[in-house]
Amino acid sequence: MSDHSHSVVAHQFDDMPQQKETTTLAMWAFLLTEVMFFGGLFGAYTMLRNRFPEAFAVASNSLDLTLGAVNTAVLIGSSLTMALAVHAAQTNKRRQIILFLVLTIALGGVFLGIKAVEYNHKFHEHHVPGAGFHFEEVPDWVDVSRLNYDLEKATETFFSLYFAMTGLHALHMVVGVGIMLVMIWMAYRNRFSEHYYGPVEISGLYWHFVDIVWIFLFPLLYLLGRHFLLEGGH
Amino acid sequence: MSDHVVPIRVYLVIFSSLMVLTLLTVWAAFLDLPGSYNTILALSIAILKATLVILYFMHVRYSSRLTWVYAGAGFFWLVILLAFLMSDYLSRDWQRLPQGW
Repeated sequence: MSDHSHSVVAHQFDDMPQQKETTTLAMWAFLLTEVMFFGGLFGAYTMLRNRFPEAFAVASNSLDLTLGAVNTAVLIGSSLTMALAVHAAQTNKRRQIILFLVLTIALGGVFLGIKAVEYNHKFHEHHVPGAGFHFEEVPDWVDVSRLNYDLEKATETFFSLYFAMTGLHALHMVVGVGIMLVMIWMAYRNRFSEHYYGPVEISGLYWHFVDIVWIFLFPLLYLLGRHFLLEGGH
Repeated sequence: MSDHVVPIRVYLVIFSSLMVLTLLTVWAAFLDLPGSYNTILALSIAILKATLVILYFMHVRYSSRLTWVYAGAGFFWLVILLAFLMSDYLSRDWQRLPQGW
């Protein structure tokens, strides 16, 4: 096996630890640009929610909390199977690498499926920003006459952010599924061992990062208006 | 180096904690807390969950100091982005501007 480990060290590196450190840092450098990429949207959300708090609460409450919470659990589950796939690679269990990567893709698919159902609901409710947008359901606790902005227009702003943020996140999931397919192919070709499992681990970093983005999207988009539903909310 | 093999038991404990925290944040969203405490509580739970994922699932806890710096830098800059953005928008109403004439 030691011969095998030498053959997978690229010529610009002295040894495997140096190669691994470099690739890990490179992935983190990419993830930093991703933090900034999503950060712009999180910044826009923060600023606009501060400007239109009632509209954001009303629009947020129209999202399906159960589906959002189930999706959060599904994605956390996929992070677990991803971590177990890395563990299997580190301990020379080739069949388990493939099994856990397949489970990761399957859970990612369930997430995207549920997301598609939610998008479909929004299309039927005319909650998709654009010419056909309608948002008529105004709860009792909102006194429209006291707002200094158009409630319906501001809810459309919320849904623009909702589709931009969850859409960009879903796109990252699709890319992640593609990466995992490559990892399965590499594992099938017996490319990984306890001496060489960098690609699985680096792909895992990406997958977990996408999970972290959702960990923040879920409360921001689905939860932060819920307490207004209570009687006499403020 | 992250050659450290994390025991499966650790992964399962982290996974269970993340699930419990998810239930907790859904439950907490329906509490009638004053002011912006609902937001603060929800974001605190989200930050705790993200920290668990970064430290254990992403192996940062077992990685080199330089990896810690890389991982920390992104979130540090994100905090700067949000803090300076809101220091502008939140303070706009604090002083009444003279009316035009």
